[in-house]
Amino acid sequence: MKQFFTRYPIAVFILLLSACNKDFIEQNVLTPTLNPTINDANGGNWVPIHLSTASEITVLPPIAKTAPDYTAQINEIKGWQKNMSDDDRKLVKYWSAGGVLRWNEIMRELVAKYNLPPVQDVSGTYPIPNANNPLAYPFFPFSNPPYAARAYAYVSAAQYDALVAAYHYKTVYKREAPYLADLNINVLVSKSSLYSYPSEDAAVIGASVELLKLLFPGEQAYIQKKAEEHRRARLIAGANVRDEMEAGEALGRAVALKYVQRARTDRTGAALGITNGVDIWKELETGAIQKGETPWISQDSPRRPPMLPYFGRVRPFLFDELTVVTKIRPPAPPSVKSEAFKKELEEVLYFSQNPTRERVKIVHRWGDGVGTYTPPGHWNAIAAEHMIPLNLSEIRWARNLALLNMSLMDAAIVCWDAKYTYYNPRPSQVDPKIKTHTGLPNFPAYTSGHSTFSGAAATILAHLIPEKANLFNDMALEASMSRIYGAIHYRSDCEVGLEMGKKVGNYAIQRAQNDGAN
Amino acid sequence: MFLKIKQAYQQKPIAFCRKIKLIIYLFLGSSVPLSAQTDIDAIMMGKNLFCAGVMYSGSNWNEYWEGTLKRENLNLGTVSTNMIGPMGSLGISSKLNLIFNLPYVKTNASAGQLKGFKGVQDLSLWLKWKAVKKQIGKGTMSLFTIGGYSLPASDYVADYLPLSVGLGSRNISLRGMADYQRGVWTATVSGTYVRRSNIEIDRPSYYTTEMHYSNKVYMPDAAQFNLRMGYRGKEWVLEAVADNWTTLGGFDITRNNMPFPSNKMNMTKMGLSMKYEPAYIKGLTLIGGANTTVAGRNVGKSTGIQAGLFYIFNFSEKTPEKTQNR
Repeated sequence: MKQFFTRYPIAVFILLLSACNKDFIEQNVLTPTLNPTINDANGGNWVPIHLSTASEITVLPPIAKTAPDYTAQINEIKGWQKNMSDDDRKLVKYWSAGGVLRWNEIMRELVAKYNLPPVQDVSGTYPIPNANNPLAYPFFPFSNPPYAARAYAYVSAAQYDALVAAYHYKTVYKREAPYLADLNINVLVSKSSLYSYPSEDAAVIGASVELLKLLFPGEQAYIQKKAEEHRRARLIAGANVRDEMEAGEALGRAVALKYVQRARTDRTGAALGITNGVDIWKELETGAIQKGETPWISQDSPRRPPMLPYFGRVRPFLFDELTVVTKIRPPAPPSVKSEAFKKELEEVLYFSQNPTRERVKIVHRWGDGVGTYTPPGHWNAIAAEHMIPLNLSEIRWARNLALLNMSLMDAAIVCWDAKYTYYNPRPSQVDPKIKTHTGLPNFPAYTSGHSTFSGAAATILAHLIPEKANLFNDMALEASMSRIYGAIHYRSDCEVGLEMGKKVGNYAIQRAQNDGAN
Repeated sequence: MFLKIKQAYQQKPIAFCRKIKLIIYLFLGSSVPLSAQTDIDAIMMGKNLFCAGVMYSGSNWNEYWEGTLKRENLNLGTVSTNMIGPMGSLGISSKLNLIFNLPYVKTNASAGQLKGFKGVQDLSLWLKWKAVKKQIGKGTMSLFTIGGYSLPASDYVADYLPLSVGLGSRNISLRGMADYQRGVWTATVSGTYVRRSNIEIDRPSYYTTEMHYSNKVYMPDAAQFNLRMGYRGKEWVLEAVADNWTTLGGFDITRNNMPFPSNKMNMTKMGLSMKYEPAYIKGLTLIGGANTTVAGRNVGKSTGIQAGLFYIFNFSEKTPEKTQNR
């Protein structure tokens, strides 16, 4: 044996190399073709979120099947199918998993890419990303958790409304699928029993593309590329003819424009806390001091302005602004001078100084910090993972994700309201012995964002997928605890955050019970 | 006197521990798997000799390359890495040595809130084979083949750069090395290919230049070049060392982002390496070294020192009259 190794080291090396193939398959590639158990053909009767009615936006009737132009469109499909490449097949396979799911994944990717706090300039001040100049550093947006939660919510809600409208017009116009009109067309996705005008996939494209222009203005090229692939996949698959795609996309865009209007007036623009060049950051600090409390101070170096101090005033989806203050805002956290506080601080110090591998694993599993899709993105990933096996219709996918993401956005609002109402310090500010096991977020502690997001998400997901209720609640608890293990939150931040999140989730359940989808 | 030393070297199956010069790859403060490398010089242990001891190395940096941009980070301050651990080399024969190394690593950032990590890093094993030894002109040329394997010796966290204790991959490496010695002057050059396994991290997805839905991370392979020249005397060895590590793939840290294990980490280091084997204490070897990073990408601009204390044990039947320099 020794001789073998000494004489043939190169042979041994090659043998070892070949023994360890480094390819692996990522989870989202394996998603099967969407093949709904129930087609939810009555989706046109479900209650839209921001549209007044399903027919608020007009969709003109399609041309007749007998029209020459329709035949031309059928022939277009045949042309595509005749010259299909392997890349085309891959494209069809990829998009067949469902437009709502794939656009949700694209969103998560964009959020992760843009979730980077700007670096300070030479004078030590932090530049503010500019929506009108998104490609110049600092890139717009900085998709931190509140920004991300809102982005997911707008896109999901718009997709849902666009689909309600699309399903409505499907039953109005009763255009049958191209493969029923011409039996020579191959269908490369599962056959749908829905009418096909306007295309539900195109409605999702239109809604997504239009909103992403607003939310990720620097990514137009990438977004348009994805949209083009999606369109192409539907045509090649023989699932839709071109006018079904065009009508669907126009409908989706029109719905999205209503959401764009809402977004421009939902007060996110003021969330930075700067009006006419004057910021409120000092005001928040003196406010806490006047109450006799220790104010939060940024521990970034140089000190960074607090993240979106007025995000708590953004207009929620599931309830009104007054509800944020009167029904959900929690009582004040334990005073820094209190015994209760000292006990909580001791616990954080303990977790800071005594990490175990198991706890560190939990901290990192739920870290969702800089450069990630954020906690709202993580809950979208969890929702997707558990919805895939359920074989849901496209509109039910959209509805469930809209409920989830409205909960997450409203969770961000109520959580940020609490953070900037109380403006309390992080544990490591009060006790410098406390070092953290994950990045320290640059905003006050109470309540924990992870906990509020997770409480809201688990509550609505438990309602939508009741057989997994315990699993979701356990996950939420673990995500919440991960912030104490990470030594960046007190226990009360987490416990109260979870409770607030549950309250938000319950509003989503109320909506879910009355949206006509049950 | 030089002649005498020269003869001593030319005759040998050399028997000493005088080698262990350390090149520690401090990647943004943590270190890459190959650490203490007794495997990268041209010196062999004689048959049945076992050289064992303790290696220490420390390094720190307060600037790093974010992609190709050199910057400081006030939220990290100075990142330091300290390693200590057993290291040894066994002469299976005068031409075949087995070398091992197992460092314990502790990291720290002087500013910001992040807590450093500590733990046992990777167990590294090398088989070093002196394949050819030939007189060329007035000097001696030797050719070596070195095969290495390393794997994490504890369940440490790799995805916590720059403060993780290691990168978590299992590595197979193959090195070709040529050494030329003329009198007391030597030059050694080597090239290494490092095959790195994928790693698993604690989160279910991550972003590189695109989104990945997996806890597995593809680790690009790496190449290393090393050149060392200097004086190789009876009691002292003193060499200047240049070393380059290039990751064959990987991606750049984006602006103000965190580093990631599969970044394209490149670095060029210059340093000095010395070894002292006092004549009056048989078998004792002291080693030391220092190096600094002169160029890099996605790594810290680190400066480090190394020190080690070793002793040679003789397991042969013969009386251990002489362990080295026979």
